Amino acid sequence: MKTDVVVIGGGIAGLEASTALHNLGHHVILIEKKDILGGHVALWDKLFPNNKNASSIIHYLKDHLPQNLTILLSTEITNISKRNNSFFIETNFHQTIETKSVLVATGYDVFNAHLKEEYGYGIYDNVITSAELEEMFKNNKPILTKQGKEPSRIGFVHCVGSRDRKINNLYCSKVCCVTAVKQAIEIRQKLPFSETYCFYMDLRMYGLNFEELYNESQEKYGVTFIRGRLSEASETIDGKIIIKVEDTLLGRPLKMTMDMLVLMVGMVPSAGTSFLINKLDLLSNNGHFIASSDEHLLANYTNVNGVFVAGTASSPKSIDDTFADARSAVLAIHQYLTSQKM
Amino acid sequence: MKIEGKKQIWSSYQKEIANDNYYYARSCIRQNFFPGAENMFIKILREQLNKNIFDDERQTTCTGIGYHSSIVLPETTMTVIARQFSLMNEAGYDNFICSCVTSFGLYTEVIETWTHFPETLEKTKEYLYKSTGRTFQIPQNLVHASDIIYKFRYELLHKLKYKLIHHKTGKPLNVVEHIGCHYAKIFPHKGVGGAEYPHVLAGLIEAWGGNMVDYPERRHCCGFGFRQYLIKANRGYSYSHSLKKFESMQPYEVDLIITNCPGCNYFLDRWQYVAAIEEKKLFGAENKAIPVLTFEELAALLLGYDPWKIGLQMHQIPVEPLLDKIGITYNKKEKYFGTKPPQIPEILNYC
Amino acid sequence: MKSFQYLKKIDRTIDYDNNDRALFYYLMRVEPTVALCIACGACTATCSAGNFSTLDLHKIMLSIRRGEKVYIAKEITQCVLCGKCQLVCPKNVNTRGVILQIMSFLQSSQL
Ligand SMILES: Cc1cc2nc3c(=O)[nH]c(=O)nc-3n(C[C@H](O)[C@H](O)[C@H](O)COP(=O)(O)OP(=O)(O)OC[C@H]3O[C@@H](n4cnc5c(N)ncnc54)[C@H](O)[C@@H]3O)c2cc1C
Ligand code: SF4
Ligand code: SF4
Ligand code: SF4
Repeated sequence: MKTDVVVIGGGIAGLEASTALHNLGHHVILIEKKDILGGHVALWDKLFPNNKNASSIIHYLKDHLPQNLTILLSTEITNISKRNNSFFIETNFHQTIETKSVLVATGYDVFNAHLKEEYGYGIYDNVITSAELEEMFKNNKPILTKQGKEPSRIGFVHCVGSRDRKINNLYCSKVCCVTAVKQAIEIRQKLPFSETYCFYMDLRMYGLNFEELYNESQEKYGVTFIRGRLSEASETIDGKIIIKVEDTLLGRPLKMTMDMLVLMVGMVPSAGTSFLINKLDLLSNNGHFIASSDEHLLANYTNVNGVFVAGTASSPKSIDDTFADARSAVLAIHQYLTSQKM
Repeated sequence: MKIEGKKQIWSSYQKEIANDNYYYARSCIRQNFFPGAENMFIKILREQLNKNIFDDERQTTCTGIGYHSSIVLPETTMTVIARQFSLMNEAGYDNFICSCVTSFGLYTEVIETWTHFPETLEKTKEYLYKSTGRTFQIPQNLVHASDIIYKFRYELLHKLKYKLIHHKTGKPLNVVEHIGCHYAKIFPHKGVGGAEYPHVLAGLIEAWGGNMVDYPERRHCCGFGFRQYLIKANRGYSYSHSLKKFESMQPYEVDLIITNCPGCNYFLDRWQYVAAIEEKKLFGAENKAIPVLTFEELAALLLGYDPWKIGLQMHQIPVEPLLDKIGITYNKKEKYFGTKPPQIPEILNYC
Repeated sequence: MKSFQYLKKIDRTIDYDNNDRALFYYLMRVEPTVALCIACGACTATCSAGNFSTLDLHKIMLSIRRGEKVYIAKEITQCVLCGKCQLVCPKNVNTRGVILQIMSFLQSSQL
C-alpha cells in the first residue's frame, strides 16, 4: 500500500486531522490499535466546562469521516522505518505501508496510580481514579462504595502523577483541576446529601468558563477546597479512608475520613507515543512527550522531516486545544506534501 | 483491603539477603532492654537453620543515638562504622547483619554517602588508619536481622511448635507490626516491601498463621526521636506519639505487637504501661494491654523455647495472655527465676 | 503506683470528623457568599483590627468551613466592624454580613 500520509491514532486529534487532510485532496490511511475510534473522549460522559455530551463530539467526527478514507482498526504497528523520503510501516496484519509523511496522534495514557503508593490505589477498596469515576458516570453505574453504600463524603486528590519530581513528571496535566471541579459537581447532583472535597496544590482554572465553573461548584454545590497535597491515605476498620493533609492556608495538619477517594490522574505519553519516539528517533520534551521543533512557530513539526505530531502526543491538552492543534498539524502536512509534489 | 495490590508493591521492593556466613553487629541498647532477643537470634540461626554466624566481642556501638542527637560528628560515626567493617574483614566475613534498625539505617546511609561522595570514603580510610592502623572493605551484603528471619520464614514454619493461632478457637491472632522508621523510610528500596506497606514483619505474621492488622496510624513513628527522649522533660512528646498509634489500633482487638527496632519495642511496651497507670487505658483484645515482642522473641516462642529463657519477663506488658491464646504452657513461679518479682500495677495484674 | 507526670502534647491536627460545622451550615443559609472565599488574604492585609490584634479574617473564613469554633469565638470579637474587608474582597464575599452573623450565632448558641 502506498499513501501520502499515515495518521497513527484514531482519537479526536487523529480523526479531525484525517478528515481534513482527505478533504484537502491527500490520500490518507488512519491506523487505530483499538477496535473503536475516538480515543479517550469515547470513554467520557459529560465534558467540562459546559456539560456537553462527549459522545456528541465522537458522533460529529464519525459522521464527517469521508466515505472512502482507509481506516485500519485493531491494527498495531510492529515496525516503522525511514528510507530516502519515505516511511515504511509494518503492521500486525503483515501489511507494509509506504507513505510520504506520518502524523503521530497516539495521545496519552492516564498515569498509573499504583506508583503513588501512599494513596493506596489497588489496595484500599474505596480509592478510585478520575478516569474510573468518569466511566461510572458514562455507563450510568450507581455511585457506591465497595461495601455497597452511597458514599456521604468524597475526596478528590489533585495532581496525582503530575507536578511530582519523585516520579519524574514535572509538568502540569492541565485538565485534572477542572475535571475535579466538574466531577465534584456531578457527584453533588447525583448524591445531594454527599459532601465533596478537593485537595489541591494550586487550582489551575486557566480556560474560558473554568473559573466560573469553580465559583459555581462552591456557591451552588458547596464543594470545599482545601489547599494541601495529600501525604497519606489509610484504610479504617470499616473500609473507609482516612486522609492526612495539611490545610496549608491555616497552617495545620488536617485529618478526615472519606467514604471514597478519587485520584485525579494526570497524563503520561501513551505506550504508542513512547514506541514511536523510540522507533523514529524523535526528540522528547521535559514531560517525555514528543518534542515540537519549535513550540511557537513549528508546534506540529518534529526533528524528523516528514513526521508531524498532533494532540496530546506532544503535551497534555484539553479537547478544544487538541482540535486546534490537529488543525494546525493539517496545515503543516499540507504544506509539506504540496512542496514535495512540486 | 486488597492483598494483590500490596503484593505488586512488595515485588518491587525485594533485596538481596545473603544465605549464610554472617557477621553479627549487636545493638547497644537492645542488649539491656531485651537481652534474650539477640541470643535467640543467634540460637535460631545456629540451632534451627544451621547457619554460621559470628558474634564479635570486639565491636562497639554504631554511635547511632549520639549521631541522631548531634552529639557525635558524622566523621566520627563513619570511622566507627569503618572499624566494624574492618573487624568483619579480619574475621573473614562479607555479610553484615545489624541487630538494630537505627544501625541498619545508619550503616546504609554511610555506605550511600561513601558511594556518592567518594572523598568522604577517602577521609574515613585516612581517619581509621591514623587512629587504629586498620584498613577496611565495605560488606558485600548488609541487612537487618529481621531480613534474615524473613528470608527463612518458611524454613522456620516447618519447625514451629506453635502458630499465631488461637489454640481453642482456631482463629488467627490479630498482630500489629511496627517497623522502625529507619528500616525503610530513609531508603525504601533497602527494606523488604518498601516503606509504605513494609513486608518484612508482615511476611512473618502471614507465614506463621496470624492476621496482619493494617491500621490507620501504622506508619506513624513510635516517638523515640533520639534527642527528644534523652531529656526526661521531653518524654511526654514521645509518649503522645505512641498513644496516637495505640488509639488507632484499638478497634482491631490486637493480640500482639511485633517490632524489629529496639527503640520501638521499648516504647510501644513502656508507653502502654504508662497509659495504663496514667489514663487507665488498655488498648488490646479483651480489654488488656497488648504484649509487645521482638521478631526473634516471637520466632523463638513459636519454635518452642521457654518463654522465660527467651526473656519475655523483661517486657512490662504481661505476655501471659498471648501465651494462653497460643497454647504455650509456662511455669508462673519461674517467671523471675526466684528473684523478687516487680510490683505490678493493679490494672495490669490480670495474669 | 506513682504518677509519671509526663506532659502529653496536644494534637494540633484539625480533627475534621469530630468538629462541629453547624456555624458553616447556618451561614450557608443566611449568608451563602461565605462559600466563595478563596482565602486570598486581601481582607487580612487591609484589616484595621489586624494591625493591632491577632484577627485574621481569611483564617476565620477557613475556620468556619473546618468547624474550628473555639478559634472563631476567640478571635472574632476583635473586629471593629469598619467594613474595609468587604471593599477589597475579589469574590464579593459579604464579609460584614458574615461577621455579624457569626456573632449572632455565637451569642445564641452555647460553646
Ligand atoms: C479523566 C479525564 C477527563 C477529561 N475530561 C475532559 C473534558 O471534559 N473536556 C476536555 O476538553 N478534555 C477532557 N479531557 C482531556 C481529553 O481526554 C483529551 O484532550 C483528548 O483525549 C486528547 O485526544 P488525543 O486524540 O490527543 O489522544 P487520545 O484520546 O489519547 O487518543 C489517542 C488514540 O491513539 C490510539 N493509539 C495509541 N497508540 C497507538 C498505536 N501505537 N497505534 C495506533 N493507535 C494508537 C489510542 O488507542 C487512541 O485511540 C479529560 C482527560 C481525562 C484524563
Ligand atoms: S491541572 Fe491541576 S490537578 Fe492537574 S496537574 Fe495541573 S495543577 Fe495538578
Ligand atoms: S470589618 Fe472587621 S474584619 Fe473587616 S476590615 Fe474591619 S476590622 Fe477587619
Ligand atoms: S478577601 Fe474575600 S476571598 Fe479573599 S480571603 Fe478575604 S473574604 Fe476570602
